[in-house]
Formats: sequence, structure tokens, C-alpha cells
Amino acid sequence: MIGTEQSITVTINGTTYEREVEARKLLIHFIRDDLDLTGSHIGCDTGNCGACSVLVDGQLVKSCMLLAVQADGAAIETVEGLSDDEDDLTKLQQAFKDRHALQCGYCTPGMLMSATALLRANPHPSDDEIRKGLQGNICRCTGYWNIFEAVKAASE
Amino acid sequence: MLLREVAYAKPKSLAEAIELLAADDGARALAGGQTLINVMKARAGSPDALIDLNGLDELKGIELGADGTLELGAMTTYTEIVESSEARARPILGQVCAQIADVQVRNRGTIGGNVCTNDPTNHLPPLLAALGARFTIQGASGERTVSSDEFFLGVYMTAVGLGEVLTKVSIPAGRNDGFAAVTLGVEGTCIVSAAASLNGSARVALGCVDAIPVVLAPASTDAEAVRAAVRDANLDPPSDVHASSDYRRHLAEVLAVRAIDQAQGVA
Repeated sequence: MIGTEQSITVTINGTTYEREVEARKLLIHFIRDDLDLTGSHIGCDTGNCGACSVLVDGQLVKSCMLLAVQADGAAIETVEGLSDDEDDLTKLQQAFKDRHALQCGYCTPGMLMSATALLRANPHPSDDEIRKGLQGNICRCTGYWNIFEAVKAASE
Repeated sequence: MLLREVAYAKPKSLAEAIELLAADDGARALAGGQTLINVMKARAGSPDALIDLNGLDELKGIELGADGTLELGAMTTYTEIVESSEARARPILGQVCAQIADVQVRNRGTIGGNVCTNDPTNHLPPLLAALGARFTIQGASGERTVSSDEFFLGVYMTAVGLGEVLTKVSIPAGRNDGFAAVTLGVEGTCIVSAAASLNGSARVALGCVDAIPVVLAPASTDAEAVRAAVRDANLDPPSDVHASSDYRRHLAEVLAVRAIDQAQGVA
């Protein structure tokens, strides 16, 4: 069936949502504007910065480079799904906190999702594998070093 | 960013996809979307309808034939190629796919999308031209297979016409290949690229210096012979903010030699 609007069902962080969406709506806008899950950020809107990175069926993608209708039936994980509250951070989040891996924090949701995908696939990455795993995420504050250190600490 | 209004369909079979594409001149196939979605954001292109090829298993997968020929479904992603044991039969393929953009883009971007876009800065058009790949295209009137010379027609233009879909890329056996590029940042967009293959005779394909890959047959693998072959091609590459035409001509010679050296195992 072809149309400019479609009903989709997606599961995000374990909650299932059913919504009517326009075919032209990007997944990031669906997540942020329709579902009010504003943890995932829009940095560049051109697929360069990685701030909108989420996991779709376990696979790391930039959610500004996908239409919401393409996620129909998918299980999505966003940064909100990593932990429920401040006292229950994942090892990776705690490492970001301990090692000052963020300053303004804008890139952090994407960095956390990229590093989460990396560590799931490869729990003990080499230094080069960490760098390559974060290649699609841009940070203007830290110079990357503390982010690298935090991912390395979380992998030990 | 809000795209212009667009219709969308996710067909369940290749036949249905071809039917949908043929029914509307404004319909375009959506592969990985890692170029097309950006093109639509910039309004550089505004299809009336997107026919999503994701979910067509018949366009997925990598097969290694008994004669060493690799057959890759057009919707095979870069990540799938990098991780495939079959694809290691032609190691350069995975090596180059691992250099495209970043993890997220490699997870979605496809071999078919890369060649059908035929952006002169893309990695795979010159690589597949050098490797002697063949491209299988299907439309309502049937299937045909063309060489890279017939496939790449111009900037953003290929032999895949309206109502047609690239289904498969076939790559003959071989191991002595090379690829060299000067890029915008590590593993970024190519400013000039060169691919080389020494299986049988020497073959070099240059990217970013013309609308389509420029294929050369140097007389030998000697560096001076390779440079002479590039000079004899009388390249007239574009100038832009990243490189002048003269500098691109210079890079083409240097990178052709590097690609040949890698193919010979000396780089």
C-alpha cells in the first residue's frame, strides 16, 4: 500500500507506541516530537554529527537518516532506555561521569548509544576499535580524549 | 528537517517494487537512504514516492561461486560486506567498505545505493570499475547484465532506468587489488580516489576526476608507466573548495601509483 501517511507500531525502550505518521517525518522527529522522548538530540540534521544515534533492532543508526515509517515493527533503544535514574547508571554512563567525558552534554546521548553498540558487539575493544566505534559522533567540547578514556574504562 | 510531502510504500517482493516504480515517473527506490534522505532534506531531489527496498530478502546476501565469483545482492550493507567471510575472497572489497563514513552509515548504506547514486566522490564506482564488476538490472521487461563501462553514465546517472532496480553486483575472482584516496578527514569523502587490479592485466580506475570512473590500462606496473597512463588520459577534473583541477590531476598520478603498489603487495 502506498500513501503519504501510515500507521506504525514501534517499541521504544520496552514501551509499544502506535501512531499515525506522515511518510516524510524523520525518525528523530517522531521520537522527540511525537513521543516526547527528547534524550536523543538533533545536532546537524545532515547525518554527520551522530547526536541522534539510536539502536534500531540492535543496530546503531542515525535517526535523522531514516524515516519514521521505516521503523514500523522495530524495537528501538534510546538513551532513556539505558537507566531509570541517576543512582542506577550503566557502567558506561558511570564511566562518563567519573572521567568527565562530557562538558555541554549535547553529543552525549549519541556517544553513549555508539559506545553501547560497540561494547555489546565487542566487550573488550582495542584502542583503535574504540576510536573507530565513535567515528560517527562529533564532540565540540572534550577533544574526545575523556570520552575515549571512559569507554576504555567501561570495557575493562 | 521537514521533507517535502512524499508517498511511501514497502513492497513485499521485487516484482511489486518494480510495479510500483514503473507506475509513477516520480517514484524512486529507497535503499540505505544515507544519501537520498540528505538529498531530500536539501531539496536537491524531491521524489513524489519512495519505494523502500529494505525488507526484500531477494536483494540481500553474498554468495561465493565455485569459480570464485562473488555475487552481492544490491541491498547488502557495507557492514555485512565487512563482516562476510565470503566477501574475503576479494579482500579489497571489505577493506574499502570499512573506510566508508562511519559505523552508523555502514550499518544502513548499501552497495547498490552507493553505485546507483554514482556520486563521483563515492568509493565503490571506481573500485568496482577496476575489479571488472558486472551489474544486473531488472525491470518489467526482464533482466539484463551490464559491465561497469555501460553501467556508469554520468554524475548521479547509471544504466538503471525508470521502473528498474539494480538487483545484483557480480565480481570476478582475484586478489591483487589496491585502493588509495585522499579524503576530507580520515575515512571521509574522497577528493580523488584510485583503485587498481592486477588480475591478468593492470587496470586502474580513477574517481572524482570526471563524471564517471576513468578506467586506464597502464602498459606495466612500473610507477612511471602508471603515471604516463594517467597523464595520457588528459584529465580535466573540476576545481572546488577542496582541491584545484591541477592538484586533482597531480593526486590522480600519485594515488594510481599507490593503488598499484598495494595491488602488488609492496605498499
